[in-house]
Amino acid sequence: MTATAIKRPGTPGGGARERRLRAISPLQVLRKTLTALGTLAFVVVVNFFLFRVIPGSPEKAFAPRGRNADAERLAQIRRDLGLGLPWHEQFWSYLKSLVRGNLGDSWGQHRPVVSVIADYVWPTVLLSGTALVLAAGIGMWLGARSGWRHGTRFDKLASSSAVTLYSVPEWLLGLVLMVALSGSGLFPVDGGMVDPRSTLPAAIDVAWHMVLPCFCLAVVYIAEYSLIMRSSMLDERYADYLTTARAKGLRDDTVMRRHALPNALLPFTTLFFLSIGFVVSGAITVETVFSWPGLGRLTYDALRGPDIPLLQGLFLVFSAAVIVMNLFADLLYPFIDPRVRRS
Amino acid sequence: MSETLTPRGIVRARRRAALAAFWRTFRRDREGMTGLVLLALFAFVALAAPLLADESGLSLTRATGPVLAEPSFEYPFGTDKYGRSVLTLVIWGSRISLLVGLAATLISMVIGTVVGIASGHFRGVAGGALNRLTEWFLVIPFLPLAIVLATVFPPDVPKIVAVIIVIGVTSWSGTARLVRAQVFSIEERPYLERARALGAGHWQQMSRHVLPNVMPLVLANTTLTVSIAILAETTLSFLGLGDPLRISWGRILDNAYSGAVISTGSWWWVFFPGASVVLVVLGFNLCGRAIERILDPRIKSRV
Repeated sequence: MTATAIKRPGTPGGGARERRLRAISPLQVLRKTLTALGTLAFVVVVNFFLFRVIPGSPEKAFAPRGRNADAERLAQIRRDLGLGLPWHEQFWSYLKSLVRGNLGDSWGQHRPVVSVIADYVWPTVLLSGTALVLAAGIGMWLGARSGWRHGTRFDKLASSSAVTLYSVPEWLLGLVLMVALSGSGLFPVDGGMVDPRSTLPAAIDVAWHMVLPCFCLAVVYIAEYSLIMRSSMLDERYADYLTTARAKGLRDDTVMRRHALPNALLPFTTLFFLSIGFVVSGAITVETVFSWPGLGRLTYDALRGPDIPLLQGLFLVFSAAVIVMNLFADLLYPFIDPRVRRS
Repeated sequence: MSETLTPRGIVRARRRAALAAFWRTFRRDREGMTGLVLLALFAFVALAAPLLADESGLSLTRATGPVLAEPSFEYPFGTDKYGRSVLTLVIWGSRISLLVGLAATLISMVIGTVVGIASGHFRGVAGGALNRLTEWFLVIPFLPLAIVLATVFPPDVPKIVAVIIVIGVTSWSGTARLVRAQVFSIEERPYLERARALGAGHWQQMSRHVLPNVMPLVLANTTLTVSIAILAETTLSFLGLGDPLRISWGRILDNAYSGAVISTGSWWWVFFPGASVVLVVLGFNLCGRAIERILDPRIKSRV
């Protein structure tokens, strides 16, 4: 839907397509990629120093039982972490194992952090992805409509509920829903799903478990998307090209969908791609409340330990997701908005 | 009367007039006034907590009420698993939640304003480096960073201070970016050129000329940052990273979640603290949006 809506206002013929192909120069791609890599390097440095060069005794923070760990265990951890070495040697060995894709071993699960994260990533992608796609569609429609029919009862209702819902943390909504529905037995209120890859009934079971968490996530994103969409629709509403379109005698609906919407969609599209990056980390609290077996719940469990290597790995994954999607949105933008093309 | 004749007096009179005009516009804004009334209500509850409820009602061991009682005349918000009145918890919790939210916002605004002004003012390597730093903090997802910081924070620092610092340190980047953009436009104005021509140093330029001009923007942004900070406090407390010794709204929700509130279906234990969080955050958001509307002439002409 998005793609077709954006292509329409281009001039007819092959010219538009060709311009679009040349929208971004290789040099710009290189520069933006380097910036993203710089940010990633910053995250890696932060990740190292936060966990290693904390004031006091890092081995106590690393010890599974905190400050009550016995002396022998603490000495063992010190050796494992290479804490006796100067910090630049520690940093170098950390970098070397990172490049080899080794994030250390999880203390809670006694296996490599990388494989733990790989096991938990798909439920998060499924849950957050579904919520995001639903929210994008509904939010776009609501926001476009209330912006276009600015000041009507529909607009007032839609935007005031969006502002209210924007103030509700998604996990709080989830908690209240769970407590309210716990007696009714409509939806499962605990974890305990079957592996969705096995059978069809199992897939249905997963979908059933997903309704509530997905609803909570989607509601908050709908609020955000519709507010953005509404304000960019308001920006376009009095543009001269819309007056022209109306003067040509086009129906109000056509003016909105064919002329105003493609332009008003630009900020929304950026926001959408940015939120894909945040989706991985955004579900931390919702997954916790609903015991959804994804990266968010994993973070909560790692916190309780605390399972420091796992937390470190998760932080890296969460940040990398945002950085990569940021870069993607950045590179995509010249293709969808002619105004930021090579100048 | 005589004070208006001195330069400082003129400035003060002009500021007072601007403030009065702002208040006249704000009073006509229904959304903004709704937010203000909400905030005034919660400010009153937080300040008057000792008059409204007895602090001994927070103690686990000295709780006198029935266990998990539904809201009644005696316990308007019901009681929790330990027999404490949820109303008392919510009243005393408002103090910690608002305190953490406001203190964290203060830190966030100071860092954001200083970094924003400096990165907008210094055009060379220093400005570029500060701008890069701002962008890094904008990109790193807020909640994971806050979780990591709270986990590795030195354990001998009181938890409540740790939470305030963590939220303050993770939430300043948006303000810094806004301020930086504003500084760029201010630096182009003739009075700064005049100040430079008269030999004003960097400190003089930034503190006497740039800062007063970005202040309205910073204040408008503050109201929105407070709501983010309060939500962050609630979320961190819910994840068990808050101060275990002090009751905040997030802590009540954490207690309820780990105290099997879902299986017992005692909705009042989560509904009232949850509604308080939402109403306060809504209050700050409504006020912030109203201030933005008044300060941004582009929006004003349209509404």
